[in-house]
Amino acid sequence: MIIIIPTPLRQYVDGQSKIEVTAPTVKGALDALTLERPELRKHLFNAEGKVRAFVNVYLNDEDVRYLPQKEDSAVMENDTLTIIPSIAGGSACSAQPSAFSGQLRLQTSN
Amino acid sequence: MSVLHISTDLYDAMRAHGEETYPHECCGVLLGQFSHGDWHVTAVARAGNTRTDSAHNRYSIDPAELVRIQRDAMRHGQDIAGFYHSHPDHPAQWSATDFAEAHWIGCSYVITEVRYGKAAVTNAFLLAGTAEEDKRFDPMDVRLDESIGGTSK
Repeated sequence: MIIIIPTPLRQYVDGQSKIEVTAPTVKGALDALTLERPELRKHLFNAEGKVRAFVNVYLNDEDVRYLPQKEDSAVMENDTLTIIPSIAGGSACSAQPSAFSGQLRLQTSN
Repeated sequence: MSVLHISTDLYDAMRAHGEETYPHECCGVLLGQFSHGDWHVTAVARAGNTRTDSAHNRYSIDPAELVRIQRDAMRHGQDIAGFYHSHPDHPAQWSATDFAEAHWIGCSYVITEVRYGKAAVTNAFLLAGTAEEDKRFDPMDVRLDESIGGTSK
């Protein structure tokens, strides 16, 4: 099966956007992906070995969290697993850590 | 300082999106290529804001929509270069919420202040660092580059 790697994690897979692995389940596929890539594993899993909360994993078009078997869901050779970090934010709670307060920049350049 | 290269048309399209959704936040995805330390945006894709409970000051993109946008982009040889959103009646400066919810290290986060319904200042920030533990927002230069072209989706 193919695993789609998001932009931020490609540095851990030699810049590749897709990695082919062979595994029976979603969990097996993620393990196969990270077995020899400890730095990548650190970015995908927390200290308890669970996929980090902000990392979404989609089996084809389905969020693995909502599949009946979750990460134990079976995968087929022609399936695609997509790793996609969440994206959110907004102007709420605009107070910033003082360490970053010097980074305000107002510009548009031609 | 890294640079976000984008055409005037795409730049204006992002800002117009913020005016259209005012007084709610808009959001979307920047698509393009990374080259010589800079992002070159060749398309922007609008996304829906799922935070209907607090759309005036929060945004979130449905990951399923993001998967579809990424899949389509890859078919066209594009990568996700970053994201944009608006701050209605609020400065174009990243907030604590923006920082806490930013996870695309190496990508650009563009924020447009929309004041009284009109796009005002637009700023871009690079999510720099190596991991959640040391990530930070660095300012980026936005360079309007007509040679880059691009499409708004």
